[in-house]
Amino acid sequence: MGRVKRTLAPYLLVLPGGLWLLMFFAVPMATMLSLSLQEGDIVNGYVFTGHWQTYIEAISDYETQLIRSLVYGVIATIILIVLAFPAAYWIAFYGGRRKSTYLFLLLLPFFVSFVLRTISWRLILTDDGFLLHPLKQAGLLPENFHILGTSAAVIGGLVYNFLPFMVLPIYVALERIDPRVVEAARDLYASPVTAFRKVILPLALPGVFAGVLMTFIPVSSDYVNSEVLGSSSTTMIGQVIQSQYLSSSNYPTASALSFTLMAVLLVGVFSYAKALGTEDVMKVAAR
Amino acid sequence: MFPTNKPDPSVLRGMTSRRFGRRDALRLGGMSAMGAFLAACGVEGQGKPQASVAPDAVEKFWSGKVKNGKLDFANWPLYMDPKHPELKKFTKETGIAISSYDEVIQEMGPWFAKVQPQLSAGQSIGYDLMVITNSIQFGQFRDAGFLAPLDHSKLPNYVANAAKSYSQSSYDLGNVFSIPYASGITGIAYDPEKTGREITSLADLWDPAFKGKVGMFRDLQELGNFGLLAAGLTPAKSGEAEWKKAAAKLREQKDAGIVRQYYDQSYVDALGKGEVWITQAWSGDIFQKNVSDGTNFKFVVPSEGGTIWTDNMSIPVTAANPVDAITLMDFFYEVENAATLAEYINYVCPVPAAQAAMKKHAAALTGEDKEYLDSVATSPLVFPSEADYEKLHYYVDFNTAEEQQDFTKIFDPIVLG
Repeated sequence: MGRVKRTLAPYLLVLPGGLWLLMFFAVPMATMLSLSLQEGDIVNGYVFTGHWQTYIEAISDYETQLIRSLVYGVIATIILIVLAFPAAYWIAFYGGRRKSTYLFLLLLPFFVSFVLRTISWRLILTDDGFLLHPLKQAGLLPENFHILGTSAAVIGGLVYNFLPFMVLPIYVALERIDPRVVEAARDLYASPVTAFRKVILPLALPGVFAGVLMTFIPVSSDYVNSEVLGSSSTTMIGQVIQSQYLSSSNYPTASALSFTLMAVLLVGVFSYAKALGTEDVMKVAAR
Repeated sequence: MFPTNKPDPSVLRGMTSRRFGRRDALRLGGMSAMGAFLAACGVEGQGKPQASVAPDAVEKFWSGKVKNGKLDFANWPLYMDPKHPELKKFTKETGIAISSYDEVIQEMGPWFAKVQPQLSAGQSIGYDLMVITNSIQFGQFRDAGFLAPLDHSKLPNYVANAAKSYSQSSYDLGNVFSIPYASGITGIAYDPEKTGREITSLADLWDPAFKGKVGMFRDLQELGNFGLLAAGLTPAKSGEAEWKKAAAKLREQKDAGIVRQYYDQSYVDALGKGEVWITQAWSGDIFQKNVSDGTNFKFVVPSEGGTIWTDNMSIPVTAANPVDAITLMDFFYEVENAATLAEYINYVCPVPAAQAAMKKHAAALTGEDKEYLDSVATSPLVFPSEADYEKLHYYVDFNTAEEQQDFTKIFDPIVLG
C-alpha cells in the first residue's frame, strides 16, 4: 500500500501543473496546428484539408518581416548584454548595503504598464515634440528629420522595455560568485582583466544565457514597440500574425506564421546553446 | 449643439483632445483580448452565406421582442458631439436610457475579428447597435448572418426622410440589414504650412518631396481604392489584374520611403503632431479637428476623384435590446436630429431635408456662429451635389468570398511592410 502511494506521489505532484499545461499549452498548440492546415474563409468556415502549402505561401509573403524580426532581436539582445552586464556587475560587486534599493529602482518602471511607457516615448520622440522641435527650430536638424518610424526607434524601444530581464539573471549569476575565488585569482598574479576574463565571465555566462533566453525570444516576437514607435518599414512578424488573426481573420496564415516563428526561435536558441557549449539548455535556464 | 449654444472652443478642445490621446491606448488595449480570442476561435463555419433574407425572417426575429428601456451603442470616435445632445434628447423623449455609448470601433477588420467569436457562438457582443462601414467586413457580417433583418414598419422616419439612393446600395440592397448613419468622402488632408503648396492630386501622395511624411490608410479598401485611382483605374469595375497594378503602384510609393505609416483612425493624431504632412483622410474628421484644436488643415477631393463610403447602423442578431436599438435608429432620421448630428460631425447627411433645417438654425444665429453653420449647410462635404457625386467612386464590390480573399492577399503585404 505504502509502495503504491510512493510510486503515485510524483505523478500526483505533477498533476496540477500538468493539467494546466495540457489545457493552456497543449490544447491551444494542437488547435493552432490544425488551423494552420485548414482552408476556407471566415464566413463559410475553415475546413481541415492538410493544406501545408499555406506555410510556403506565408513564409514567402512575409519573409522580410520574419528576417527583420530576427535581426532586430539579435541587435537588441547584443545591446542589452552590453548595457546590462556593467549594470549587473556594479550592483553585484559595488552595491553594498543598497543592493536591494538598486534592484528596486531597476524594477520601478514595471509599476507602469509597458504600453503606456512606450506611448510616452512616442510623445517624447514625436516629429514636432519637445525634443525635436527646438532642434529643428535652431536649424540643427532638417525639417523632415524623424526618429519615430525608424528601425532605431523600434530597437531602442525593445531595449528599453526588456532591459530588466537581462540585468536580473546576470545579476543573480554574478551575485553567486564567491569573492574569494576572485581574490584567489588575484593572489595567483592574475591581472584584473585576466581575473574577469578567466573567472568572472565564465561564471556569469549561465546568467547571460538565461538573459538571452528571456529577452531574445519575446523581443523577436514583440508586436507593440514596432506598432507604437515604428512605421510600415519596421513591421515585425508579431504584428503580421496579430493582423492576420485580428484584422484579416485569416487564421491559417496566422497560425502557420506562428508555428514558423516558434520553429525558427527554437532552432536559433538551441544552436546558440550548442555554440556556447551549454549542454543542457533547460538546466541553465532553470538557474 | 451648435445652433443654440456653440460650445466654447477651449472646452471642446479639452474634450476632443482627451479622446485623441486615448486612441492608441484603446487600440493596444484591444490586443490583449487576443489570448482569450484564440481560445475561443473554433474551427467550424460561422454561418451560411445568405444573398437574400428569408421572407419570414423579419417577423421571426422581431416577434416577442419588447422595449427594455436601455441600450448599448458602439460607434466610431469623433462621430457625435462629445456631450451627446442627441442621445440625451432621445432618452428624454422615449425613456430609453443609453447604458453605454462607446467609441470602440476604430477600424472594420479588428472590429469584425473582435466580435465574430461571440456572434458565431450566439452570444451578445455587449452592444445593441453598431455603426459599420460598407467595407469587406460588412459583407462578412451580412453573409455570416450576424445582422438582424430590420423591420421597416418600426422605421417610419427613415421611410419618410431618407435619401432614396441609399436603398439602391449594392452592399445592402433595400436596406434589409442596415440604414446609413452618415456617409463620408475619402480624400487628402494636408497641412499647408508644412507642404508649402496647394495639394490637388493623388500624385502628391507619391511626391518624393514628402518622403516619410505621407500617411495612407491601413483599411485595404481605402488603400486599394487610392492605388487604383492613382493608376488611372476605376475601383468599382476592377478585378484581380487591376488590383495587381494598383498594388504595384502602392508598392512603389512604399519602397521609395514616401509612406510614413498605414493608419487607422489615428491618422488625425499623426497629422496633428506633424508626423505626416499629407495623408489619406475622411472628410468630416479634418473639419472637426480644425474646429476643436484650432488647426488649419485642408481637406481636398483629389482631381482624380475620391471615394465615398457609408457607415451604417446595424443591430447584431444577438442584441439584448433590439427594439430600443431600432427606435434610436429611427430617431436619427427625424429631420431635426439628422440636422444637429450633421452640424457637429460634418459628414454626408442621409436626410436631404436636414439642409433646410440647418439653414433655418443658421438664420436664427448671428455673426461667426451663423457664418459657421451656413458653411456647413452649404458644404459639398455634407450635402454633395450631383456634380460632386460624379467625382466620387464607390468601393470595390466582391461577388464571392474568394474574390475578397484575393483582394486581401494582394494588398495585405503592402500594409504589413
